[in-house]
Amino acid sequence: MSGKVYFAAAGMGPKVRGLALVAKDGFSARYDLDRMRGVFSRPQHKLAGESYVGRVLVLDAAKGGVATAWMLHDMKARGLVPAALVLNAVNPIMVQGAALADFTMISGFDVDITQAIANGGRGRGRSDPGAAVHPDHLIGEKELR
Amino acid sequence: MRLTDEEVSMRAGDRGPALQWAIDHQIRVGRYLGADDFVPVAQAHIMADTESLGVAGVEWLERMARLPIEQRRVCIPTITDPRGTDFAAAHRLKHAPWMLDLERRAIAAFEALGILMTDTCINYQTIMAPVRGEHVAYGDTGVVIYANSVCGARSNFEGGPSALSAGLTGRTPRYGYHLDARRRATLVVDVAWTPRALDDWGALGAIVGRLAGDYWQVPVLTGIDRVPGSDEMKHFGAALASYGSVALFHMAGITPEAQRLDDVVEAGQAVPSFEVGEADIRALQHSYARAVDTVDLVVFSAPQLSLVEMRQLADMLDGRRATIPLFAVTSPQVKPDADRMGLTARIEAAGGTVLAGMCFYQSYAREMAEANGWKRLATNSAKLVNIIGGYGYVPALMSMEACVAAACADGKVAPRMAP
Repeated sequence: MSGKVYFAAAGMGPKVRGLALVAKDGFSARYDLDRMRGVFSRPQHKLAGESYVGRVLVLDAAKGGVATAWMLHDMKARGLVPAALVLNAVNPIMVQGAALADFTMISGFDVDITQAIANGGRGRGRSDPGAAVHPDHLIGEKELR
Repeated sequence: MRLTDEEVSMRAGDRGPALQWAIDHQIRVGRYLGADDFVPVAQAHIMADTESLGVAGVEWLERMARLPIEQRRVCIPTITDPRGTDFAAAHRLKHAPWMLDLERRAIAAFEALGILMTDTCINYQTIMAPVRGEHVAYGDTGVVIYANSVCGARSNFEGGPSALSAGLTGRTPRYGYHLDARRRATLVVDVAWTPRALDDWGALGAIVGRLAGDYWQVPVLTGIDRVPGSDEMKHFGAALASYGSVALFHMAGITPEAQRLDDVVEAGQAVPSFEVGEADIRALQHSYARAVDTVDLVVFSAPQLSLVEMRQLADMLDGRRATIPLFAVTSPQVKPDADRMGLTARIEAAGGTVLAGMCFYQSYAREMAEANGWKRLATNSAKLVNIIGGYGYVPALMSMEACVAAACADGKVAPRMAP
């Protein structure tokens, strides 16, 4: 395993690995996603049209309403769920949803994590080659495939 | 987290698996967010429409509902946010039978848990407004921000699982807006033009929400030159919460915790400050209207309409005829009054449809669009325009008057003056 380690202020869920999908934008399951197709659907979102399934989403802040607390659970049950969420700032809803779904999420860094991880440059969002998310830190990996 | 003997007992499963799950869930959340202990709460409010729950969520609730009655009942007044349909109008909305079946199953499960099916996001106008300093566990962002800001109560955003946990355990982790220190302002917004119409208030909320940026920011507004009414605060707060994920605001000289600016901003404390004027509000509104010259439907929802809004709408529709779908969505508590006072009849005589107990975006909005051929939507709710784009709609933010005019002109939208 290679890559720089970024420590998070808080985290939960099992260790996961996956291709990172990075954008300086927010996250709300209700506002931003077509959960039936597994893509970002809000036209104004920087990842609009991108599939989030199995990806480590590296985004700025949790946004929107309370629905995500249930939706992560349903998304996981249907197999259309990101591998993990990595956020500069969470709101309680994301934490509550991750707790219900036993979903991996970490947040709170001493850098802007969307700038630290972003170095790919594919599509409208920026895809890092990969990231491994541990309960308290994120490893941005250069060679993960 | 420090746990009392009672909380340790719950966690050990002494009071059954529902409380064991609930307290464990709350501990996980509390640890993540830095809670030292729990705080008792007086009420809980659960958001749990079936579009959010999904089949997995309903089955999860049903498993809890099958527990022995002494192990599954909530211990504080616990009420619900809007449901995913209005059964009386489901055919009009073209809700599919599977949606109604899932709704019925969810309702049965909630009732088995002892939850009061109020189905409203305006409980602060219709059920029981919290009082200043009261700790609650509310689960709709518009409800939370109104309770915190206008009432001076104390709640975080409590998603469905956490609000249900609070109902079962009677407590919630003490973090965020249960703490004095979190309730101080982190940015100042000087408002040079006090909004007039409800969509103006929503637009101001959207602008301030974008400035704030995340849940942990607390804006204080200065310059508001009159005391806003409950519906104005409702639209402002709902939009602020939606655009910024903000749970608390202050208005200097108006809201209870900020009788003076100094009450929420310490003297000498450097906080970011911003100015917002009429041009900013018009620009926000224009940004949602400029691409739309004709709409397929008009929706008044998000939040549900108060009785006063219902009367305003009925007055505007008198003697006119909506020629495209026009929906007025209210609470199950307001609807009987609207019926009794003839407001429902007046709205429906003009071609509108009054819906109760649901909210448009929480009611399978994507499937409704596909089934009905809806795409372009006009509303006076800034919150709704922020959400509904993700469901495939092209929304226009307009005043109630302009929405009614469009509904009565085959959907044609009068051009809004560019800012």
